[in-house]
Amino acid sequence: MKKKIAMYWGAGCGGCDVSLLGIHEKLLELLDDIEIVFWPCATDFKYEDLEKMPDKSIDIAFYNGAIRTSENEEIAKLLRKKSKILVAYGSCAIEGCIIGLANLYDKEEIFRAVYLENETTPNKEKIVPKEKAGELELPEFLPHLKVLSNVVKVDAVIPGCPPPKPVLIEALEALLSGKTQFGKSVALCDECPRRDTKPDKIEIDRFYRWHEKQDDGKCFLAQGIICMGPATLAGCGGECIAANIPCTGCMGPPPKVRNQGAAMLSAIASLLGEMDEEREKEVIESIQDMVGTFYKYTTAKLLPKGRVKDEG
Amino acid sequence: MARRIGVFVCHCGVNIAGVVDVEKVAEELRKYPGVAFATTYQYMCSDPGQNLIRQKIEEENLDAVVIAACSPSMHEETFRNVCKDYFNPQRCEMANIREQCSWVHEKEEATEKAIKIVKATVEKLKGNEDLTPIYVPVEKKCLVIGGGIAGIQAALDIADAGYEVILVEKEPSIGGRMAQLSETFPTLDCSQCILTPKMVAVSRHPKIKLMAYSEVIDISGYVGNFDVKILKKPRYVDEDACTVCGDCEKVCPVIVPNEFDMEKKPRKAIFIPFPQAVPSTYTIDREACLGLAPLTCAECREACEANAINYDMQPKIVEEKVGAIIVATGYDLYDKSNLVEYGYGEDDDIITSLEFERMLSASGPTGGNIIKPSTGETPKKVVFVQCAGSRDKQHMPYCSSICCMYTAKHALLYKHHVPDGEAYVFYIDIRATGKDYEEFINNVMEEERINYIRGKVAKIFREGDKIVVWGVDTLTGKKVEIKADLVVLAMAIVGRKETKEIAQLLKVATGVGGFLKESHPKLKPVEALSRGIYFAGCAQAPKDIPATVAQASAAASKVLALFAKDKLEKDPMVAVVDEEHCSGCGVCISVCPYGAMQRQPNGKAKCIEALCEGCGTCAAACPSNNIEMRNYRDEQIEKMIEVII
Repeated sequence: MKKKIAMYWGAGCGGCDVSLLGIHEKLLELLDDIEIVFWPCATDFKYEDLEKMPDKSIDIAFYNGAIRTSENEEIAKLLRKKSKILVAYGSCAIEGCIIGLANLYDKEEIFRAVYLENETTPNKEKIVPKEKAGELELPEFLPHLKVLSNVVKVDAVIPGCPPPKPVLIEALEALLSGKTQFGKSVALCDECPRRDTKPDKIEIDRFYRWHEKQDDGKCFLAQGIICMGPATLAGCGGECIAANIPCTGCMGPPPKVRNQGAAMLSAIASLLGEMDEEREKEVIESIQDMVGTFYKYTTAKLLPKGRVKDEG
Repeated sequence: MARRIGVFVCHCGVNIAGVVDVEKVAEELRKYPGVAFATTYQYMCSDPGQNLIRQKIEEENLDAVVIAACSPSMHEETFRNVCKDYFNPQRCEMANIREQCSWVHEKEEATEKAIKIVKATVEKLKGNEDLTPIYVPVEKKCLVIGGGIAGIQAALDIADAGYEVILVEKEPSIGGRMAQLSETFPTLDCSQCILTPKMVAVSRHPKIKLMAYSEVIDISGYVGNFDVKILKKPRYVDEDACTVCGDCEKVCPVIVPNEFDMEKKPRKAIFIPFPQAVPSTYTIDREACLGLAPLTCAECREACEANAINYDMQPKIVEEKVGAIIVATGYDLYDKSNLVEYGYGEDDDIITSLEFERMLSASGPTGGNIIKPSTGETPKKVVFVQCAGSRDKQHMPYCSSICCMYTAKHALLYKHHVPDGEAYVFYIDIRATGKDYEEFINNVMEEERINYIRGKVAKIFREGDKIVVWGVDTLTGKKVEIKADLVVLAMAIVGRKETKEIAQLLKVATGVGGFLKESHPKLKPVEALSRGIYFAGCAQAPKDIPATVAQASAAASKVLALFAKDKLEKDPMVAVVDEEHCSGCGVCISVCPYGAMQRQPNGKAKCIEALCEGCGTCAAACPSNNIEMRNYRDEQIEKMIEVII
């Protein structure tokens, strides 16, 4: 019997929906085994269609994107009710991803930046979205961005921003055969295309952003270019690195690491070469955008209630 | 797992009990789950204190103990030794309530903190596993790198004790810097005369395998078990066949400067660096020789009656297994071209201290005569500049330690050669701390009538046939100008660049000036941080001959202590890598200060337990959180934190 599949796009860029098409002809093979019962992005379904389905009638539901609005939250709960297996699909659903960086700010700050202060958004009337405008009612913009597991029980995760082809194919095959555990359990260095270029001793004297240094084709970290690979789960095959771009960590941390950013920061700090304290401070402060570098994908998961405000 | 834990709270006189309410600590701990007994005592480390622990272990049937006292680095060994008669030493833990509590806190909060520290330690102890010590076999053979006086002394000491030594020297002859010196302070012994017998002893010693003209190119392994690769460079002359008749040298058409004479004396392409060289053999300088490739000259081979010359000799790589390594790679002079204010030292009549030593030597470039190099005349006025590059933030910040003494010697020898000459010495302070050194300096100043000027030289430049030295006399506050015939710079001493290369092979650190970093500056001055590696001589810091010889003997005695055992016992508190989850990122390998983390052929990291000192740096740095310290596992640390906060 064909498995009933649902896919929902929460708060996200849409890349996850597209990534499903990225598996190319493999998708055609899969189509023989599946029946799509709900996929608003690709086919015409209404929420009421979903509501009418019997509970647990969907075999596998994929939820991509994070939970930013009350609507996202409602659908997440509905999908949980209607499906046997609920899968967090992609970095947004698992740990908040780039949009999760919004948890460094509150709702007012976000609206002010987006609708009032953004120079490319003409807004002479200074209109800010409201939940109720006359007859119209909009979903609530939640105080903080949530990840799927904050709202409902999640049975499986497919990491990546969006999930890379090899990760996705392995995950889909596993899920269709009833498995919820799949993927690798080591960090990216294990399969890095530059694996053999690692020197015996990595010693960092200063950091370079990638445009500041001519890439010599060797391990990025050894070149002083921050690469999140050592603290990032393998599986993608290092496709960014194959394209000469250091890893930014979208696959999330390997299994034993709870805090990807802290793990990498601690590693990087240990790799600094011999220098006096003053120079050390200078070198560390030269890292542009600490949070965006080390917590690019995991901020929302680690800060579900937003930032702890400085006192005073 | 421990079920009946005993807690012993130490007063440490008033050190702890003066601040912490020790009775209250014991009382609180008595109520804590898993604790069967708690008491206090005046000095737990004393003999009666240790007996109290024994007695209570027996009486109370304890299966583990926490000693709440000072830092484990102080007494952990003491207390574990007490406990090992009853149970695994890992069942004894120390709670540091002195350095981390009573010494740094006020009364009430100190007591509160002490209770928390002890409770946390109890929690850690509950998670401890019984461990057995690690045993490592020892290969009783020592590698000595560098054949100067430090390496020679260390090699002889170890060989005399009956162990095999491989002495590697990269130059054609052993002897090092000491062989280049004329006379030594403060006794004015002839340097060559006291060194040569030792050089010969090395070459004749049945336990010493001398590998001159060779370089160490690879070192792997760990204490007791190092694998070393040594490159034996081709001399193109058979060491054993060469009779040192000198016929080859006479016919060789190529003339180049002799490095041994600081390039101030010519030698041929086939040469012996100095007459007393050991091994006593000629060597062909590959770069200079015409005959090697292409075959355009074979004068020396035709002249050699002993048939010792072989142009087809190839480099050879020799592999050796050794248990210990002594690094005695010596020093270099700081490059005088860095001294902008002294005219980059480019002028012929501005020379370095080592060039002056060669000039004083009877076998040196001038046959022992002191000359003004630009003209060959006898210099009537000589200025000696101390601290050239030393004690100077723009160059080397440290004191090079021997310059005060050898400069005094230089001035004295100059006066003996040129009694009517004038000698000036610019100095910052005179540092004459060795035995009979101060007396020597006083003798030079007073008897030899050398002009000592306290101050730094600001500028040195040529004016006609004179070298003008501008300085200041800080005792009179007056500017000084001396028009000299010859200026001798007492150059700073720096570590050789080869020292850095060897340090990288050994994974030991070097510091300012390129000197090797010892494990502890006071208590372990000849040991590297990694076990089984020792230092001797100026590779570690600038020092004079007696200090070098003493340090070499010290390093040798450390090696002998190592070789006295068939197996080494090691604390089992080491790092453990979860290989399955290791990505091979190399962070642990890069951060391990002991070289204990090594990459396996499959790319994954492995802890060489014999080398691991249990510092935990790798566990903290591992970005996959994949390394745990035995008995310092995450669950244990988390439980400790839970108790504390």
